[in-house]
Amino acid sequence: MSCALLLLLMSLALAMGTGAAVEIQRPRGVPLSSEQFYEENKPFTCLDGSSTIPFDRINDDYCDCRDGSDEPGTAACPNGSFHCTNAGFRPAFIPSSRINDGICDCCDTTDEYNSGATCQNTCREMGRKERESLQIMAEITKEGFMLKQQLIHEAKRGQEDKQGKLTELQGSKKGLEEKVEALRTVKETAEDPEKEAKERHLKSWEEQKELIRMEKDKTRMAEAFLELDDDADGYVSVAELQSHLELDPDSDGSLTETETQVRCLSSSSTLFLPLKADDEVSMPPYDTETQSLIDGAYSHLFYNLGLVPQSLICDPEFIWICRNLEKEIGFDFGPSAEFAYLYSQCYELSTSEYIYRLCPFNRVSQKPKFGGSETNLGLWGQWAGPEDSLYSVMKYDHGQGCWQGPNRSTTVKLTCGKETVVTSTSEPSRCEYLMEFTTPAVCQEPASLDEVLQGHTEL
Amino acid sequence: MANFIERMCLYLVLVLSVFLSIIQAVDRSNFKTCDQSAFCSRQRAMKPGQSSYRALLETLELSDSHLTVQLLNNNNKVLLLLELYRLQGNMTRVKINELKPVKPRYEVPDVLITDPPTELMSVVAQDEHRVVLSLGGEDWRLILSAQPFRLDIMEGPQVLLSLNSRGLLAFEQLRIRKDTISHKISSTVGSMWDKIKSVFSSKSQTDTKEAGEKEDTEKHDKEKVSEGEEAEEEVDQPGMWEETFKTHADTKPNGPSSISLDFSLPGVEHVYGIPEHADGLRLKNTDGGDPYRLYNLDVFQYELFNPMALYGAVPVLLSHNTHRTMGLFWLNAAETWVDVSSGQGSSEVPQTDVRWISESGIIDVFIMLGPRPNDVFTQYASLTGTQAFPPLSSLAYHQCRWNYNDQEDVSAVDQGFDEHDIPYDFIWLDIEHTDGKRYFTWDNNKFPQPKDMLQGLLDKRRKMVTIVDPHIKVDSSYKIHTEIRSRGYYIKNKDGGDYEGWCWPGNAGYPDFTNPEMRKWWASMFAYGQYEGSMENLYTWNDMNEPSVFNGPEVTMHKDALHGPWEHRDVHNLYGFYVQMATAEGQIQRSGGLERPFVLTRAFFAGSQRYGAVWTGDNAAEWGHLKMSIPMCLSLGLVGISFCGADVGGFFKTPSAELLVRWYQAGAYQPFFRAHAHLDTPRREPWLFGPDNTALIREAVRQRYTLLPYWYLQFYHAQRTGQPVMRPLWVEYPEDIATFSIDDEFLIGRDLLVHPVTDERSSGVTAYLPGNGEVWYDVHTFQRHDGAQNLSIPVTMSSIPVFQRGGSIICRKNRVRRSSSCMENDPYTLYVALDSQGNAEGELYIDDGHTFKHETDKQFIHRRLSFTANSLSSSDLSPDSQFPSASWVEQVNILGAQKPDAVTLTTTDGGESSVEFAFDPDTAVLTLRKPGMNAGVNWTLHLR
Repeated sequence: MSCALLLLLMSLALAMGTGAAVEIQRPRGVPLSSEQFYEENKPFTCLDGSSTIPFDRINDDYCDCRDGSDEPGTAACPNGSFHCTNAGFRPAFIPSSRINDGICDCCDTTDEYNSGATCQNTCREMGRKERESLQIMAEITKEGFMLKQQLIHEAKRGQEDKQGKLTELQGSKKGLEEKVEALRTVKETAEDPEKEAKERHLKSWEEQKELIRMEKDKTRMAEAFLELDDDADGYVSVAELQSHLELDPDSDGSLTETETQVRCLSSSSTLFLPLKADDEVSMPPYDTETQSLIDGAYSHLFYNLGLVPQSLICDPEFIWICRNLEKEIGFDFGPSAEFAYLYSQCYELSTSEYIYRLCPFNRVSQKPKFGGSETNLGLWGQWAGPEDSLYSVMKYDHGQGCWQGPNRSTTVKLTCGKETVVTSTSEPSRCEYLMEFTTPAVCQEPASLDEVLQGHTEL
Repeated sequence: MANFIERMCLYLVLVLSVFLSIIQAVDRSNFKTCDQSAFCSRQRAMKPGQSSYRALLETLELSDSHLTVQLLNNNNKVLLLLELYRLQGNMTRVKINELKPVKPRYEVPDVLITDPPTELMSVVAQDEHRVVLSLGGEDWRLILSAQPFRLDIMEGPQVLLSLNSRGLLAFEQLRIRKDTISHKISSTVGSMWDKIKSVFSSKSQTDTKEAGEKEDTEKHDKEKVSEGEEAEEEVDQPGMWEETFKTHADTKPNGPSSISLDFSLPGVEHVYGIPEHADGLRLKNTDGGDPYRLYNLDVFQYELFNPMALYGAVPVLLSHNTHRTMGLFWLNAAETWVDVSSGQGSSEVPQTDVRWISESGIIDVFIMLGPRPNDVFTQYASLTGTQAFPPLSSLAYHQCRWNYNDQEDVSAVDQGFDEHDIPYDFIWLDIEHTDGKRYFTWDNNKFPQPKDMLQGLLDKRRKMVTIVDPHIKVDSSYKIHTEIRSRGYYIKNKDGGDYEGWCWPGNAGYPDFTNPEMRKWWASMFAYGQYEGSMENLYTWNDMNEPSVFNGPEVTMHKDALHGPWEHRDVHNLYGFYVQMATAEGQIQRSGGLERPFVLTRAFFAGSQRYGAVWTGDNAAEWGHLKMSIPMCLSLGLVGISFCGADVGGFFKTPSAELLVRWYQAGAYQPFFRAHAHLDTPRREPWLFGPDNTALIREAVRQRYTLLPYWYLQFYHAQRTGQPVMRPLWVEYPEDIATFSIDDEFLIGRDLLVHPVTDERSSGVTAYLPGNGEVWYDVHTFQRHDGAQNLSIPVTMSSIPVFQRGGSIICRKNRVRRSSSCMENDPYTLYVALDSQGNAEGELYIDDGHTFKHETDKQFIHRRLSFTANSLSSSDLSPDSQFPSASWVEQVNILGAQKPDAVTLTTTDGGESSVEFAFDPDTAVLTLRKPGMNAGVNWTLHLR
């Protein structure tokens, strides 16, 4: 029977460029490291110890060992594996089901010894190519790692600056808030007599006002949207608030100027609410009795207000600088903050149909090249790499909903590179995007090039 | 990308929203009930009673081959012609048409493989009331009663089947329309009408309809007088001359044309068949509900346990009791409804009544008299042919998804299977692979080098399927379209222009596949030179061939569209059949007639088995749909279509890992084994659910691959004999009543019984093992169980309860490789399962797996394996055929064996050698080590 292949001794030229040949004899498909288990002409004990068989049953094309260890060089065992030496390239194990299946798997062609497949030995070529690409990778890693050190250094300085600034701002804010608090007390005592009368009046006005306000909000929203297109430029402007949906009080997906004001006021002091409640449509006048009560309180109040640098507390930019600094300092920019430099940057990739845009720690989006609106492919979620390299994958989620599908999300895979670029995007599953991104920040300290190459040229 | 699709979808929805309600789970209101279908409601309003038909025995003529006699409708005096044929193989054909129709009525062509050969019929007795004919044998009789007309088929004193015994024969004769404007004008003399005419003619007919009907009644009164009492003039009923469903008007220029006939089956409680319905194996009583409907429709998210029409239609019904199995084949391609009513007949004998109603055509029914289930399959196969013998690789595992995005994606998925050591043979590309849904083209950005991609698959001995749907984008720069248009091959609308409807490409035309010239041209488009980027390892999938028309009535074509002289109404259920026929023919032609085709279709009709595989359409990732895959494929198998499968994992929605694993386990044991998923669902390649689930799926797929020799043998038999591959238990155990309603387990061939786990978090299943005195062996543990019992089987996630019948021999290839082609020369392992007498039999079939050479050059091996008197031997079942096979026998496992003292092998050259063996007393399995003989030679193994 033609398939009965008994022990086949392998003659291997340990050629590695020298031409010096060393003969090694071991059963087909056995790696050097296991050679000692296959002692010629001695009974063989299956590697799992399950049974012992005569030596001539090794590679006789019949599976005797449950673990497949008696047939390393044939396809007889369903769970066996075959070792290709692949001299000149990298040795490999392949499932024994790939032996003589007509497909060349080992670059040294040793897996197809009886199938009629014509395989070319491509190990040398592959080895050369791999060494070249490893060399290139090593150089990239080396340079990238140097850049990374720089990034870490800059990040450290940047963090310190920001922390300092924040402390300073928070200090002055605190002072102001104390002052406002004092004023509030004063006001509240002054206010009491007028409160009741005023509330009566307010109630009837409230209903009317709500209508007007709704109308106005609409207009403002529209205006605000026009402003939202600004690039992230390192400054926090009203326009940029739009991307911070967690601060959006009415969850309508946008933050109008009105909302900004409301937030500003409510976060500093409710004191100003009645004053700023409506800047264009004014409340009808109180009846005279109420008015006189109010006049008393207001004149007192106006006097004190003059002392407060109201513009600062209420200034959205002030609030947002603080918030932003807090937020930025709070971000996980990696073990040594090496990813900090990506913050408030954006990177684009243009494909045949779309321009993809990655703004790390912020959002991913897609815009059709030939007109059409931008689609949110996900907002910054978290680092999502495997346990041993958490910082190799970023996850952006809660993007725009898909028709009949989930919300869009994007996985960003980071690889080491000298440049910071988006190298590819794809949509492996509907509305689940995959982006490849190179950055020096993930470059690992390179092993010496020799070490790298050595690891791949084992016999 | 999603963005683009989304925009397109939204656009589509926007465009279609005028016609379609927003798409959700099945919107029943999109599809007609019997009440909403004018002919069905007219026919169903007619209740059982005395038939108005009388056979005019004086017109009876008997020739060698058949008998004719006229039938007179006493009410309207219209004459019908009844033709009776006694067909070879114990069948009777009954044809009823109008004696003199005003124009021809449609008779279904191309479905019968030949004009069925007849046998001599002789008159045994005759008087003025009846004629008794002999159907052969001593006591087979057909009795034709004159008044009222009915037919009874008798065996001895026993009535097997009666036609028109409930008087539901109805034949709406074709007639000239009398309520048209012009008729009114001519029949109502008056210049007033001339003036009004011009006004009315500019309005639509619906506006004038009511007025017309009134006039019509007047006119009838007049005619009645003149015609005297001879014929009772029929009054037009609503929906006879036009019908509106939702916003769709069906003009009916030919008027009413429906037909109906009842069949009574005394002694029958179980009837099966008439697929395709998402319902149990045994047909239910339709009293009080809708009849089963046969009308090929693209039903979005279909419901389970429902008589609604689905994608395909096979008008074949089987009846079964412990004595006899019979079949009724109603050869009509128009919309058809089938009422089933089971109950007590006279004298407390159970009886099932079946009534068929079709919208047009003629009554042409084949009564297959069995008597055994196998006989019915043989009889039906002699009429419509058998399952095409598929390429071996198409019985392996198929990986599909809407959509694999681009060449890189295909290559990554291909790689993924190798990395996770899971075999597969076919990867599929859905509609997104095309350039703008123009079939026969490739999206240039995503698939710039299709041949490179196909070559890459070929290098791994794998294959690909691309989708080619019958709707053709109307685009003057698209060659396929311009060719079809210029050749006049499109279906025409009622006004004679090319019919256009909405489908995936937007506006689309529908080639007239009923036209043989069109089919010939279509087939030529699959030539390698025509279908650019195609190669020999590229096969085809025909979807949407009901045909699906997004903006048509019931999501299909208008019935008044025209296929040459015939209306779409007449041919509707044939469309998908013809599409697959033409496509399969194209694949055969491209290889010069050498290679077997592989074409998957969604729509089908009787005879579709000759052209490839079918699947159960757009199911959902739900446990109920997993369960339903069994009765749906069993029903198809009963009516000849063996190559059936359901989308593994479920098409719509997202399966849990558990459901997906269970579906792989069930699918691995169903004929067509393909995973598929909707565009909107997350990816679900087998390795995306953690290593444990990957291992479970790998194991299920591997089990499929080890059994490929057995599957292949079953399909060889199916092609030769018409026996279904996947069988209900009652087919093999026709006398065991306990099996008659089982549809949660099934047989593959005769020898494997499968009871898939189809419940969530199942800890056990109860399988019925049939056969008094038989034994069954668990294929995984070799544990032996007695037949005729309900066996409780505890299950874990890895369990797939499968049993081998004692008395059978099954050949497997246990060296599972990455594709079936890679396993071509691998050795066999024999599983000899002894019955209680210590005997077993089996077969082995081998050929090249992909060409017609087994037919044309007799290049195959077909062997009988037989174990008896402690000897296992292989003998040639086809001595005049030859095939060189490198495969050999590496192991023999004898289940239920005793320990021998010695085993010797004898080959024909006289050689005798001793064979090593091992015996496991716990399982009673005797394993013969490496006997080593070639699979194609004679040999005997002696146990001493």
